[in-house]
Formats: sequence, C-alpha cells, structure tokens
Amino acid sequence: MALTGWLKSFLGKNGLLVGLYILIAVAVWIVLLIVLPQLFMLDFSFRYNLPPGQVGGPQDVYTLSNYKYLVFGSPGNQAAYNWIDLSVFGQTILAAIFVTLIDLALCYPIAYYLAHVAKGATGRLLVLSLIIPYWVNEILRAFAFRIIFGASGVINNALIYIGVIDQPIDFIREDVALYTGLSYAYILLMIFPIYNAVESLDRNQVEAARDMGASWLRIHWRIVIPYAKPGIASGCTMVFMLTAGALAAPQILGGPSSLWFTQLIVQWFNTGGNWPRGSAYAIALLIACVAFVLFMMRIFKIRVGEIGR
Amino acid sequence: MSAPAVELDSVTIKFGAFTAVRDVQIDIKDGEFFSFLGPSGCGKTTLLRAVSGFLEPTVGAIRIHGNDMGGIGPNIRPTALIFQNLALFPLMTVWENIAFGLEVRGVAKAERRRRADELLDLIALPGQGDKMVSELSGGQKQRVAIARALAVEPQVLLLDEPLSALDLKLRQHMRTELRAIQQRVGLTFIYITHDQGEALTMSDRIAVMSSGVIEQVGPGADVYDRPDTAFVASFVGENNAFRGRVQEIAGEDVRLETAHGPLVGRLNPRNPVREGDEAYLFVRPESLKPAEADESLNRIEATVRQDEFEGSFHHLILAAGEDEALRMSSPNDGGREGGREGESLAVRFEPKRAVALPLGPLATE
Repeated sequence: MALTGWLKSFLGKNGLLVGLYILIAVAVWIVLLIVLPQLFMLDFSFRYNLPPGQVGGPQDVYTLSNYKYLVFGSPGNQAAYNWIDLSVFGQTILAAIFVTLIDLALCYPIAYYLAHVAKGATGRLLVLSLIIPYWVNEILRAFAFRIIFGASGVINNALIYIGVIDQPIDFIREDVALYTGLSYAYILLMIFPIYNAVESLDRNQVEAARDMGASWLRIHWRIVIPYAKPGIASGCTMVFMLTAGALAAPQILGGPSSLWFTQLIVQWFNTGGNWPRGSAYAIALLIACVAFVLFMMRIFKIRVGEIGR
Repeated sequence: MSAPAVELDSVTIKFGAFTAVRDVQIDIKDGEFFSFLGPSGCGKTTLLRAVSGFLEPTVGAIRIHGNDMGGIGPNIRPTALIFQNLALFPLMTVWENIAFGLEVRGVAKAERRRRADELLDLIALPGQGDKMVSELSGGQKQRVAIARALAVEPQVLLLDEPLSALDLKLRQHMRTELRAIQQRVGLTFIYITHDQGEALTMSDRIAVMSSGVIEQVGPGADVYDRPDTAFVASFVGENNAFRGRVQEIAGEDVRLETAHGPLVGRLNPRNPVREGDEAYLFVRPESLKPAEADESLNRIEATVRQDEFEGSFHHLILAAGEDEALRMSSPNDGGREGGREGESLAVRFEPKRAVALPLGPLATE
C-alpha cells in the first residue's frame, strides 16, 4: 500500500527515533490541538444550554437555535432580525478590514525599505527596533496607550501646548486609541511576509522599469506590488483574522459605545454561562472571516499555496 | 560637424577613496557599435551606469548629442539599458514587457499592442506576444529584452554583457544577430563585455579598459594587431610575451636580447620602447611557425608539451627554456609538420608580426 511504503521511506530517511517523534508531534499538534477542540466547539454550538443533569439525557438533541439567535434574536424579539448582535458582527468585520488596510499602508513602505534600501547595520537596527517593543506584553501596551491617549495624556497635552486645540480630544471615545492599538498590535505580521516576498525581487527589474521612464509610483504599482502579492495577501490575512478576533485591545481601549464581537462571545461564555451560544457565535465569526479571506483571494487571483511561500 | 552621439568628457568616478573610472575621454559616433572590453572589476559597468544615469560622474561630463546629462535621471535620459540578466518582468506577457516603456509614456493600449507586434517582427518572434516570458528560450528572452529597449526609441542603446548567460553556440549566433539588428535600426550601441571574441566580432571600435583606465581605443583589427600596451596585448586574444632588453632600434625594427637569444620585432610608435630598457616582445600563437633548418632569425628551440586539438586548429603548448607555456596555433590544413607531444620543435616568427612594448602589467587570466 502507498501509505506503508511512504511510512517506510520516511522512517528510513529520518531514522526511527526522529521519524517517530516527528510523526507523533505532528499528529498530536493537528489532531489534539487543532481538529479536536474545533470539532467539540462545533458540536457544542449545535446543542441546547442544558443544566449538567440533563446533558446526555433525552432533551440533549441537536439544534440550530444558537445560530438562529445570532440572526433573529430571542423568540420574543419584536424586530425581524437580531440587529444589535448582527451590527456588532458587521462592525467588527469592517473595523478589521479598516485596520488591515491601515497596516498595509504603513508596512508596505517599511518592508520595501528594509528589503531593498536599508543595508547592513541600519537594517538590523531597524528590525531590532521593530521586534523589541513586542517584548512588552499586550495588556501593558494597551493600558499604556490608554494613558497617553487620555484626556490629560501626553498627546492632548502636547496638542494643547502647541496650540492646535484648546480642549482635550477624547481619543478613547472617538476610538482613535482603539484603532491605533489594534493597528500597532499586529504590525510585524504584516511587515515580515511582505519583506520576505519583496526581498527576492531582482533589483534590476526596478532599475529596468526606471530606465524605461517609469515613476516610482508606477514601478511599485506594476512591478513591486504584483511581485509581492502573495506576501501582501499573507500579511493581510493574518492581520485581518487576528484583529477580528482581538479581545484585549477592544476591551481596554474601546470607547463606551464600541463593542467588539469577541466581547459578545466572551459574554455568552462567562457572564451568560451559555457555552453553546458562545460556541455558535465564535464559529460564525470564524466562518465569516475565512469566507471573506477566500473571497478576497479569489478577487486578487491568489492561490492558497502561494501564501505559504 | 554634428556632436558625437555620446561624449565622455574627462569622466572620473570615485566611490569614497576608490577610483573606479579614471579620466575617460571618448567620443562615440552616431550609429556606431562601440564596445568597452576589460576584465571584471575594470570599471566598465560603472561607466555604463554613469551613461545610463544610475550614477553621476565625480568629475567630468557626459553629453548625449551635445546635451549635458548632469542631474538627468535614468528615467529621463534618451538611453535604454539592457541588463546582464535581462531583467524582463516575469509577471507580464511578452508584449506587455516590450510595451512597458510606452505604457509609461501614456500610449493607448491598442497602439502599444501594435508597436509591440512590429518589434516582435523585427526580432523575428512574430505572434509570440501573448506568451509569458518564462515560456521563452534563452535566445528569445534576449531578443525580447532588445525589443523592450528599442520600444522607447532611445538615442543610445546600452548593453551590459547581455550574452554572458547564454551557452556558447547561442552566444555566437546572438553576436551575429545583435550586429544585424544594430545595422537595421542604425542606432548607437554601447556594449560592455569581458569577452574579447564578442567585442572583436561586433564592434566598430573597442575601448580596452583596465583598473578604471582606458588603455586603447580603436577598431578591433587595430587593437588586436597593434596593441598599445602590454595589458592590451595580453588581454585581447592569446599572446606570447618574451621578456628582454632592447639592444637596438633601427627604423621600425627593435632587437631585444632575450633568454632565447636576439629576437626582432616592430616598434609601436604610439608607445615606443627605448634602447637599454627592459621590454616585452609579443608574438601571437598563429604567428609562430615551424622553422626550417637554415632559418636562424627569430628562431626558438622548444619542446612540445601538449597538443590541444580543436578541430580547425592545433593549439600546441611549447616549453622553451624558462618560457614554459608558449602557445602556437596552426590551422588543420592537412600539411602537419612535426609537433607530436614530447618531440622537440624549432619555431620562428616574422619580425613584422611581433610587437615590442614597454613593461607593464599583464592580464592575468
């Protein structure tokens, strides 16, 4: 059989000990850490929220009620749809798209600069100064942002001092702090894939385009960006997924009116004590994000395999 | 008289303390195929990048048809550069590659396509416009790169060793083709190469460069037959260098005392040797002939060490005293006289086929 043949050659190539370790580690990783938890989550999302005594009993049957709740609200709901939750859902996706676009605009020039302009010590220094701030943990960073964006924070004080404004701006309420925090949170995940993709671009192609009279804008539009497309897609996907699923930043930096969909999920799990409904909400977010990413990849003609490069 | 196509006016290019190009003064005529020939690191690519505008001369000026190019970037200069690795755009089709320069200039798509098709005809690749670059062979890519450069109608086409990536057969074929294209479009070509065969076969004139300095400028035959310096003599083609002391100069004849006895050659009036000085006498492998028993002028007693048979030529490597690797080439014309490996062989050469030159660095290759 093909499988046993492959197994034999795999073990032969790597040695029994290393071969077995790799097989078991990969199996544990995929089955125990990725597939099983999601399957249980999926299973949960199709069940009623029953008291412990009734779990496994005759009333423990599959249902779509949790998904229905997200779309239509509770059975006694006056409105046709569950507008509150759906709008949070939509806003989260839109906000994640917005953050992704900000990151792309910020990181593409940095990545190009790192890959093709900065040389030697300058480049290493730049990379270090990008990486080291990430030693600061997410919570600490979020609260630090809260302080500098506060009514009497450094930014307001500075703006008042130089006379741009005379009243402090409420950056928290205006969600400026939130978007800044989210944009900053995953910047490395945008820079490095683009850097990777752009780095292998032959410099002569840029020079050839320039020699033929192309402006810098056109060189990037026609030569560099098409070449870096898989890296851009990879970076955008990661930033989008992680932003849509972010929790700490929205909770700490979000204004009083802003609600992230992940916060709703946590509410169902914790405060609401309704795990099946929380699972359904989480699965809905996951599917929406994956579908959106696949749709965008289709539009920009990128194959999934390219992202892995 | 109209201004030369390209005028290099005492051009010096420095990188920090290092001088890559030193005081180059050359006028390149309109429609000329001009080559810069030299070993890697001699500054020829630096000079080409200065003409194309990717860097500025530290001292001196570059003028194209009389216009000073100082401060004019590569995107504005009337030059087009063909890169060593061609630098075709892999994500565009062949015709989009060719028409890229027109796209930059805002030419409408239908017109771009028409021009690309015209150029595809010119480079003998009709109907291949919709292919991707990766589907083409090495020689076809070469021609597409030329078409892409021609599309922007440059006044000067610059070529940076574009044939070096091809295999030998194709390279020889492309030499002929490049020369033919150049004559068809009548454009000024500046060609950079370390391959003297390429330079000799294609060029109207050649400038031989070494360590940032132009050693000699002239038509190929002149550079080959009448080298001005020891470097040119040893770099362009094979040459045997006999070292000795100049005993006598009589008119054009120079007599050197060498390890093989007195040898007679010609003076180069552009770089004359002086009596009493140490000097080289350069003799081409094809100028060495087997000597008859009664011929004593320029006679060298040698032993055949090796016979490299190339088909049309026998390349013999001879040992004679301290000269352990003299080279002698004789055509394979059926009348082979002597010269089996291990045999002794007396050789001679005509004085007019030997050039005496002052000592100087030899090409090491």
